[in-house]
Amino acid sequence: MKEADLMLKHPLAKYLRQERMPHIWCEGCGNGILLNSFLEGLDELKQNLDRIVVVSGIGCIGRAAGYINVDSFHTTHGRAIPFATGVKLANPNLKVVVISGDGDLFAIGGNHFIHAARRNVDIKVICANNFNYGMTGGQYGPTTPLGSWTTTTPYGNIEHPFNLVHLAAASGAVYVARWTTLQVRRLKNSIKKALQKEGFSLVEVISPCPEIFDRYNKLGTAVDVMKWFKLISQVKHGYDPAKAEVAKNKIIVGEFVDIEKPSYGRLLREMTANVQDKLKGEK
Amino acid sequence: MPQKLWREPLDAQKTKLPKAEICIITDLCKGCGFCIEFCPKNVLEQSEQLNKKGKHPPEVTDESSCALCGFCTAICPEFAIFVVEKKGENNVGNEEKE
Ligand SMILES: Cc1ncc(C[n+]2csc(CCOP(=O)(O)OP(=O)(O)O)c2C)c(N)n1
Ligand code: SF4
Ligand code: SF4
Ligand SMILES: [Mg+2]
Repeated sequence: MKEADLMLKHPLAKYLRQERMPHIWCEGCGNGILLNSFLEGLDELKQNLDRIVVVSGIGCIGRAAGYINVDSFHTTHGRAIPFATGVKLANPNLKVVVISGDGDLFAIGGNHFIHAARRNVDIKVICANNFNYGMTGGQYGPTTPLGSWTTTTPYGNIEHPFNLVHLAAASGAVYVARWTTLQVRRLKNSIKKALQKEGFSLVEVISPCPEIFDRYNKLGTAVDVMKWFKLISQVKHGYDPAKAEVAKNKIIVGEFVDIEKPSYGRLLREMTANVQDKLKGEK
Repeated sequence: MPQKLWREPLDAQKTKLPKAEICIITDLCKGCGFCIEFCPKNVLEQSEQLNKKGKHPPEVTDESSCALCGFCTAICPEFAIFVVEKKGENNVGNEEKE
């Protein structure tokens, strides 16, 4: 069989914009695994693809929006969440997913993240955390671990990183999970769970960046990094997100938050209906 | 590698094990090696062949020991490998007994 025909036989082929394949990501980059898990989750949920919207910001992982065969938008840097919020509020029947990077979501877009979580906007955020700005050559960012080497921390990073799951939980997210790109099955399950829940969700995906971050930090090949994930990951469901660390010798993974709370969109629609009723009564 | 059994299972004549077909889109592969490293049955190996990208894609050493777990399909960042069940073909259970 010709390779192009074989590509179309892949079980997830219909979810990809084939004309854009192969994607631009480097050999062993975790972004492809994240995309794979997301599409497999969509497939298993038998989602109506006309109801799915994917929004991303700028960065290597931001390309994901252009690769998925659903309505999608690649926003300006840091603005994926406000764009997604608008989409969701304008059409509550859509499932809106933000797929973006640690830099996009937590540096330039950090304020949008905390307030969307606080308001419990019904969007699902999947963050590829590769501990640096991959696309622009590997600058340090808000998740770069203390002491790590990047192009802009030539003497080692002296800033303390965010713990993303703690930040999301403290800001009000109803579903918060973290996996590495090695735990593909559990990652897929968390993505499915987030898609089925009402409210703001964060799925953090610890992801290799073999070409830049991992190379600067002498972590070896992508396979070495994945083996390291295997060695040091500890699954702790329901663990206190404040204590769920990401360290050289330990990465706590699992589901940390799974609660129910009315979403912003629901409260907005209820309020609007109440006010309209009241106005009708006054006429 | 055929599995060693210490006795013939009682239902060996009736039981059919699904057979796997592993499909590799060689020119999509970037040679990361994840599928080879993490296959629980060690079914894959790096090939000598160089693809269009100048990378060595995986090759199948023994399709019959594939457990159809689909881990290679799920871990491949390039959508370059997938495994499906061979239609209409089954390994008869005791075929593998040595
Ligand atoms: C307003 C603006 N500022 C800065 C940039 C440059 N820039 C592009 S991508 C990026 C960071 C991306 O990092 P991350 O979100 O972690 O994605 P990654 O590339 O690591 O996947 C930056 C700073 C930009 N495109 N726009
Ligand atoms: S620079 Fe890093 S994050 Fe970007 S595609 Fe390459 S490996 Fe992936
Ligand atoms: S996981 Fe995919 S890209 Fe990596 S070696 Fe296997 S087939 Fe190639
Ligand atoms: Mg990044």
